[in-house]
Amino acid sequence: MQLTVWTYEGPPHVGAMRVATGMDGLHYVLHAPQGDTYADLLFTMIERRDKRPPVTYTTFSARDLGGDTAELFKNAAKDAYDRFKPEAMIVGASCTGSLIQDDPGGLARSLGLPIPVITVDLPAYQRKENWGAAETFYQLVRALAGPSAPAPGKRRPERSTGVRPTCNLLGPTALGFRHRDDIIEITALLAKLGIDVNVTAPMTATPADIARLGEADFNVVLYPEVAAQAASWLQRSFGQPFTKTVPIGVSATRQFIEEVAVLAGIDPAAVLKASASRLPWYSRSVDSTYLTGKRVFIFGDASHAVAAARVASDELGFKVVGLGTYSREFARDIRAAAELYGVEPLITDDYLEVEAKVQELQPELVLGTQMERHIAKRFGIPCAVISAPVHVQDFPARYAPQMGFEGSNVIFDTWVHPLMMGLEEHLLAMFKDDFEFKDGAQPSHLGAGHAVPQKQPAPETTIENVISVPAAIWAADAENELKKIPFFVRGKARRNTERFANENGVATITIETLYDAKAHYAR
Amino acid sequence: MTIRTQACAVSDTARGDTHPTIRQSGQREVFCGLTGIVWLHRKIQDAFFLVVGSRTCAHLIQSAAGVMIFAEPRFATAIMEEKDLAGLTDANAELDRIVTQLIERRPDIRLLFLVGSCPSEVIKLDLSRAALRLSQKFSPSVRILNYSGSGIETTFTQGEDACLASLVPVIPPMGASECSLLIVGSLADVVEDQFTRLFESLGIGPVEFLPPRKSTALPSVGPNTRFLLAQPFLADTARALEERGAQRLPAPFPLGVEGTTAWLAAAAQAWGVDPAVFEKVTQPYRARAQRALASYKRELAGRRIFLFPDSQLEIPLARFLSRELSMELIEVGTPYLHREHLAEELKMLPVGATLSEGQDVDLQLDRCRAARPDLVVCGLGLANPLEAEGITTKWSIELIFTPIQGYDQAADLAELFARPLVRRARLVA
Ligand code: SF4
Ligand code: SF4
Repeated sequence: MQLTVWTYEGPPHVGAMRVATGMDGLHYVLHAPQGDTYADLLFTMIERRDKRPPVTYTTFSARDLGGDTAELFKNAAKDAYDRFKPEAMIVGASCTGSLIQDDPGGLARSLGLPIPVITVDLPAYQRKENWGAAETFYQLVRALAGPSAPAPGKRRPERSTGVRPTCNLLGPTALGFRHRDDIIEITALLAKLGIDVNVTAPMTATPADIARLGEADFNVVLYPEVAAQAASWLQRSFGQPFTKTVPIGVSATRQFIEEVAVLAGIDPAAVLKASASRLPWYSRSVDSTYLTGKRVFIFGDASHAVAAARVASDELGFKVVGLGTYSREFARDIRAAAELYGVEPLITDDYLEVEAKVQELQPELVLGTQMERHIAKRFGIPCAVISAPVHVQDFPARYAPQMGFEGSNVIFDTWVHPLMMGLEEHLLAMFKDDFEFKDGAQPSHLGAGHAVPQKQPAPETTIENVISVPAAIWAADAENELKKIPFFVRGKARRNTERFANENGVATITIETLYDAKAHYAR
Repeated sequence: MTIRTQACAVSDTARGDTHPTIRQSGQREVFCGLTGIVWLHRKIQDAFFLVVGSRTCAHLIQSAAGVMIFAEPRFATAIMEEKDLAGLTDANAELDRIVTQLIERRPDIRLLFLVGSCPSEVIKLDLSRAALRLSQKFSPSVRILNYSGSGIETTFTQGEDACLASLVPVIPPMGASECSLLIVGSLADVVEDQFTRLFESLGIGPVEFLPPRKSTALPSVGPNTRFLLAQPFLADTARALEERGAQRLPAPFPLGVEGTTAWLAAAAQAWGVDPAVFEKVTQPYRARAQRALASYKRELAGRRIFLFPDSQLEIPLARFLSRELSMELIEVGTPYLHREHLAEELKMLPVGATLSEGQDVDLQLDRCRAARPDLVVCGLGLANPLEAEGITTKWSIELIFTPIQGYDQAADLAELFARPLVRRARLVA
């Protein structure tokens, strides 16, 4: 058993729902008790979808357990077919459904429905949401595209000259972080390169579209968490190569362009030359000097976290002080990246562990999921969201991709906005003794939602204090000196000084200790 | 006296069974009883709820709670893994380990509920024995109880019923010479305080509440306990209290002016309060509430409403909406119809109002679309899809999280129904 307060990922059948809900013409019949219908609200409320997810739940009850839950499943599947007339159906069980061992796949097949029925067996007690999405997508691709795969050993025919190269975009699902807009951005980018998109899947695809995935020359894997498994199968079965670069950030986007150019056999020079993101210039403009070395903590799914670390470090000049992921399946990628930045990788799905890490590291910016937004809020640290799980405000009305050149613009704005603006930071320091300036005031551009940095986090009850209780005492003059330090760095100065004092066996913190510590921690 | 005549009028017309009731079984689109933890953990401030379940259970509570304002809320899930399913001995050992870890981490906890889920029920993990075993280890500082909030046994608010019923056996007995009024069912603190003041002015008391705000301040119960249900979904709790000798005062539920008055009147009658006193005490409240309701009545009168089954509050709500706001009832769904506890309510429902018990959500949606109601009360999974079809909705879950009982909340309750209509009328684009 694992004690869990908040979870980053739902159960694997929610991953299957993300695939089914993103698609058209696919229906999911799930053997599950009534409470599991809560999952509908993820899509209708958080993503504001205007349709119910295409999911039928059998909602068996304790009473049914003694009787015939198998019959219940068959009726539900039959009714769902009659009512929704899907092109294809996936069937499976939720955590409870799998315990009663009714074999949804066999039951559905026994109905002899005139459509493909695909069983998705998801080990609910071992795996989680992203794995469930990947497995479901893979099973769908195998079942629907498999029949048109060339015989083993046969190579796919060369594309005739004059025909534009095509690719598939793989990985976007319902409830994905900015998937909706990334599709638009990358499709447009590929069009500029002269590459057509054959199928985007699972989001926007029908089962018939999945069946013709093999027609493309190669695959673009937008979200490896969902599409990696399907992409390698397509490579084995259809000889379609796939991309390895996730185009988040300016340099990754350029690298992506070069990668697809090779796969498509085209010349990217014109597009690379014309490619325009404001990020590089905004980052070089003098106002951005203050961004230098900002200490940033990054946590999310592995692909987004790794991409964010690269942008933060190479394109904004931040210092990555922490990097982690909740997806153990992709721990290796995070470990490799963490080594690059010389930080300890944090692989955990325990929210409290992440919180403790943030408290320990005291970063100046947190890039994370909805969970880290809450952590950051409690500590009064600025935060931007870079990865699922996300909440309703992460499905903005405006166009806001993460990928491609426009995605880089969006990233610049959303990461820099929560931080102090450069000039404003200087002015605050300059005027802090002005009688009209109330200590603890916050920069004007930070909305009411941003807490004034608190000395202590204010969780509901005590969190184990990861920072040891200071043994050193502050002398009055040192305490006064501390007050002269701008409030937004004061907390850090206090902690650093105390840590320095404790580590050096200083019993009373004097003005000298304060400045010794400052020198010690200077970067 | 107004109240008495009303009560007579009600009992004279035995309308109990004049409501056609649709019963269908199909997909039910409702939460399970685990959801109750979201409000119960706020109510009982020193209690912790440990769900023994799956990742789905943890995800459900997280999604239903919507906001994660607390770093460490007073609930958590012990997520079962493959090896826990393999052997129950291991599962029990694991549970003991988790509980020990939890109690060490949260020394402020006085009461721990082990909450059963579908998976724990299906594999027959005996949480009552676990609670007993762990109680021995941690008493007296922590009391450990158990109940099931599983979706195969409980629907949404029935989780509260199961929780309160599990508390009844540990409620201390009351001496034969004492008497008390027990209000059963969680109410917002502000509503509790209003009722406390009202009962005081009526000379009714002592008044106690179940659940209490602190587990260390449990009410007591005995043969002279009279109890009023504040919520319509407490079948098991009521039965458990009756087994302890307490007597239920039949009454409608305290929603709206009429419901609140009749609810208070049931206690007043049992306490032999002079009708003139009752009239004098309640009159200003009734007048104030009616004034506040008037503008909403203008908005809502004649509007046609369809209620999907959700919290079991549907029938009392429908009674309030039809009688005090003149709304027209198309269909009143309830996940479960407890005829005895709702007898007073059913008498007050307009003749011919269609009820539905249980659910086949697809068929119910068909009926709803065909009826083109002005307003639909439904769960979060259905609201936006219906809005997209041009049907105005009110999320039912808000009716559980908002203080709606009592005189001073009657208008707030009406406003919840009026707001979606007002909003739709305002939007031009
Ligand atoms: S219905 Fe059962 S399995 Fe689903 S969340 Fe509720 S208790 Fe857990
Ligand atoms: S506070 Fe924000 S992020 Fe947190 S649950 Fe609410 S909307 Fe979502």
